[in-house]
Amino acid sequence: MSARISATDVAKVARLARLDVTPAEIELMTSQLDGMLEHFADVDLLDLAEVTPMTQPFPLSNVFRADVVRPCLDRDEVLAAAPAAQDGCFQVPPIGGEG
Amino acid sequence: MAASTSSGTASEIAAAVRAGATTATAVLEGHLATIAQREPEIHAFNLVLADEARERAAAIDAQVAAGNDPGPLAGVTIALKDNMCTRGVPTTCSSKILEGWKPPYNATVVDTLRTAGAVVVGKTNLDEFAMGSSTENSAFGPTKNPHDTSRVPGGSSGGSAAAVAAGFSQIALGSDTGGSIRQPAAHCGVVGVKPTYGYVSRYGLVAFASSLDQIGPFTNSVHDAALMLDVIGGHDPLDSTSIPQQHPSLTDAIQQGVEGLRVGRITDLPAGADPDVQERLELAFEALQAAGATVVDVTVPAFTFGLTAYYLIAPAEASSNLARYDGVRYGMRVEAVDTNAMYGATRAAGFGEEVKRRIMLGTYALSAGYYDAYYGKALKVRRLIHDDFERAYETADVLLTPTSPTVAFKFGDKGDNPFAMYLCDTYTIPSNLAGHPGMSVPFGTGAHGMPVGVQVLAGTLQEPVMFRVGAALERAVAT
Repeated sequence: MSARISATDVAKVARLARLDVTPAEIELMTSQLDGMLEHFADVDLLDLAEVTPMTQPFPLSNVFRADVVRPCLDRDEVLAAAPAAQDGCFQVPPIGGEG
Repeated sequence: MAASTSSGTASEIAAAVRAGATTATAVLEGHLATIAQREPEIHAFNLVLADEARERAAAIDAQVAAGNDPGPLAGVTIALKDNMCTRGVPTTCSSKILEGWKPPYNATVVDTLRTAGAVVVGKTNLDEFAMGSSTENSAFGPTKNPHDTSRVPGGSSGGSAAAVAAGFSQIALGSDTGGSIRQPAAHCGVVGVKPTYGYVSRYGLVAFASSLDQIGPFTNSVHDAALMLDVIGGHDPLDSTSIPQQHPSLTDAIQQGVEGLRVGRITDLPAGADPDVQERLELAFEALQAAGATVVDVTVPAFTFGLTAYYLIAPAEASSNLARYDGVRYGMRVEAVDTNAMYGATRAAGFGEEVKRRIMLGTYALSAGYYDAYYGKALKVRRLIHDDFERAYETADVLLTPTSPTVAFKFGDKGDNPFAMYLCDTYTIPSNLAGHPGMSVPFGTGAHGMPVGVQVLAGTLQEPVMFRVGAALERAVAT
């Protein structure tokens, strides 16, 4: 089986997906993703040059609502569901290792 | 007051409650007794809301006593797939990453059902974030098939299908992205409907693949499914993809038979259905012919590419939708020295194996250098599938296929091969890609005495004709 995706690719994709993976997971995912992509090779038999991509079932133009104030989520209720909050805001660890 | 309440259709129960012939409380207690008896074995629910349901049933009974009408679903018990937001009530998507999260708002369908007089009895189990076909991917353990507890109920809405099949609730709601209503309905011997994309509001349905997801009902009868869609269908200003028009009554539509309708047989349907399932499908064609329909041959050449296109499009959309679970706004967090380390550790600890696999596949398909080769190409295949269906619907009013290639399989049967599990959805996926409606109607039993479902497919907003055919199949199997 020709490898369509390498362990290096998988490690890079995991970084893009913000997902910590172990070496064992990288190995398993490399073979499983390769298997998935192999199935996709069927599609290469189709002539798709003139086909318009379909992103959703119904063509939609932008949907605007009237610019009027209406009730929204309660801030305290929203913040109560967060892992950490402070002074009416979501609290996170330092960004980029600063602080 | 009626003693037995687990029998009867939702419409019969609602009529009895509205007329004062029974009470919502009696109906509910019947279901709660069944839950107490069998739920420990089945595990259909992530959460049973007995206290809230009793309060709600009492309120409905008070409304009737005061001479008011609680609505078309008065006292009808409903189970909700645990990916529909319920304000102040945990909504987990069967994922550790959302364990304990209480949404600050209701999904539109939840409010609509309440207004119609329904009583929510609990939140049902699913494959994590609706990714799977057996509920084996739930972080909280699998649901068992009520017909044979050594077998899966199907998925991802397996808890909802099992709840209706076991009599835990009259009706359940599920969501269908690639077959997640129809396949478990077939495996559990109940009716399951995925309406046209945009028929029912998705507001408050936790997103998996936004261009494919659609909410629909599980019921004991085609009439109940029609009633449910008559209640929950329609435009919602909070969901810009919901179709801005009124839908015709499906309970009216099913009063008509199938005389003169053209039922399509897809001659180039991907092979793979077991002989017992194929035999039931042939009997379904015969039954519809006997009821006055004509069977016509059609081709849908791109049908066979549905699975591969789906397994790039759905993970691509999922990888984007699930980016929001980062330990900041809701759910769990694994503390770390900085934000990037916190995101990576939280997501690694919170997501299960299948969800990680799909996030990885989707992220890869959308990444620079691969977008055109994979995602872009999959979107073109999606167009081919849609156009091939449209051509088929010029000569056929509906198409008939198996819902699932097999009856419900045993736990662990699909082993460690993800693609073997994905094949369960061969016949259901293409209609999600096209945005078309589909329904599974129980049509007798196959191997091991397990239920078999026949799938009725139709074109955009052709629910009335699809339901007429579904009702005819139901009548045929009853005789």
